[in-house]
Amino acid sequence: MGQTISEKIFSKKAGKPVKPGEIVNVELDRIMSHDSTTALAIEAFEKMNTKKLYSDKMVIVFDHAVPAPNENVANIHRRLIDFAQKNNVEMFYGQGICHQILPEKGFIKPGEVVIGADSHSCTYGAFGCFGTGMGSTDIAVGWATGQNWFRVPETIKVNVTGKLRTGVFSKDLMLTIIKELKQKKIKTNYRALEFHGQTIKDFDMSDRIVLSNMAIEAGAKTGLINADETTLNFLKKAGVKGEKIFSDDDAEFVETLEINADEIEPVVAVPPDVANVKNISEVNVPKVDQVFIGTCTNGRIEDLRIAADIVRGKHVKEGMRFIVTPASQEVLKQATKEGIINDLAQAGAVIGNTSCGPCLGRNQGILADNDVCVSTMNRNYMGRMGSPKSEIYLVSPYVAALTALSGKLEWREK
Amino acid sequence: MGKTWKFGSDINTDLITPGRYNLTTDKKELARICFIEFKPEFAKQVKENDVIVADENFGSGSSRETAPIAIKASGIKCVIAKSIARIFYRNAINIGLPVLISKEAVDGINDKDDVEVDLEKGLIKNKTTGKEFSSEPLPEFLLEIFNEGGIINYLNKRKFNA
Repeated sequence: MGQTISEKIFSKKAGKPVKPGEIVNVELDRIMSHDSTTALAIEAFEKMNTKKLYSDKMVIVFDHAVPAPNENVANIHRRLIDFAQKNNVEMFYGQGICHQILPEKGFIKPGEVVIGADSHSCTYGAFGCFGTGMGSTDIAVGWATGQNWFRVPETIKVNVTGKLRTGVFSKDLMLTIIKELKQKKIKTNYRALEFHGQTIKDFDMSDRIVLSNMAIEAGAKTGLINADETTLNFLKKAGVKGEKIFSDDDAEFVETLEINADEIEPVVAVPPDVANVKNISEVNVPKVDQVFIGTCTNGRIEDLRIAADIVRGKHVKEGMRFIVTPASQEVLKQATKEGIINDLAQAGAVIGNTSCGPCLGRNQGILADNDVCVSTMNRNYMGRMGSPKSEIYLVSPYVAALTALSGKLEWREK
Repeated sequence: MGKTWKFGSDINTDLITPGRYNLTTDKKELARICFIEFKPEFAKQVKENDVIVADENFGSGSSRETAPIAIKASGIKCVIAKSIARIFYRNAINIGLPVLISKEAVDGINDKDDVEVDLEKGLIKNKTTGKEFSSEPLPEFLLEIFNEGGIINYLNKRKFNA
């Protein structure tokens, strides 16, 4: 019997063939935490009867509230910086969002196991790497032992064939997949997703990352994609020499979801549930106060290009708050080089610094009572960006840019 | 014995400890902000030994451990749900917040019912209706962690003793 990507990774780590449901304790390749989850991990670590820290596996990314928006956060940052420096832990301050930084800086490799104190650590699945989110105490367990335990997950195969039409993007595809999984009542908790099919093979890494990044929004443990030439080419630029990893043709999947990309419509996730996905034509949003393009889901150079192509030479609707935060300093530099930052700023965009900021209501774009935001992020929960009386609609960067211009949630083919 | 706080499905960790308040590791402060916007009366009225009863997918979303810490620090004895999101489940066991999975109990308990929970046996008694429910036993490995009061004690007794 063949194996899924998860089964291959954990079998190699465990040194024996493993099956879904088995609990294995394995060596971790990388342990990520950020400025919002590291303090609790330090407190947990300090309660452990050990001084040994696997610092060479650790990376701390300051991305959730940077630069520090207030004194309270500044003091937390101070503690974390001191901790990282004292223990020789690699850290990045304000260089971008953790899930962008890790692949970009060469911390992610196919076939490896990475845990992150952030639920979107499933993003690394796009590289054939078993990435998954854990809490701060589990991260401290990793720091102190270099290991952690996993239940080998069953895998759901999401098979995507066909081609997305013009103006429809991987974000629309993933939101549709999340909706379908929920509507079909497919159990996702404790399970991994694997994305397969010609559509995924044809996707670049940016499109693939959107799928894996939002696996947690489907309730899954991670979202894996075969590591192929496209993956290795991306990683080569980061100085990583990776090897391909594929699930076997006769691997066993607990469920299969078939998706025809030709039929995917431009969609929006209506608050307060990410699975509450509707065709844009069916949704009437009377007013939009803010448009936000950025985050680990859709803040890459490819996303900024899509937005710039739409707003170039035009200006956003009067009164519209248009916020663009590139996912990393590398993305910002590239966008500057390509003239994209200028295009966006000319159109009225506020360029935020490269961080998570508005996506979790920390800084740079908090919503007021009754504000409506159209955003490229991954969560539309109540109060996620500020007031619990505000609303967040999730869309592709294409729809976000169109909305910034017209002030209405809308889609049109170019 | 405690009163129940009944919740629906998909109660995400942003609703438990919202991002804008999630800036502390202080347990008392976390208890104060628990459900601060979603259920503002919770922190004011919750009593020691009260129980949270929720439908599917409790604790979904963000990996923030402040969510189970806030619930535990509020005095909540345990969370009973039809299903619990993976990261929250691990976090809860790790910090010693009991979590019980029981579809029957969730369907058979209303908000503010009086319940008695026997954590060792996984038995839930609804004193208001007189009905009793069992829950899914924890996998052996998790039970060991839970019986130690969390993963830190578990590791301190085993891993670092050598």
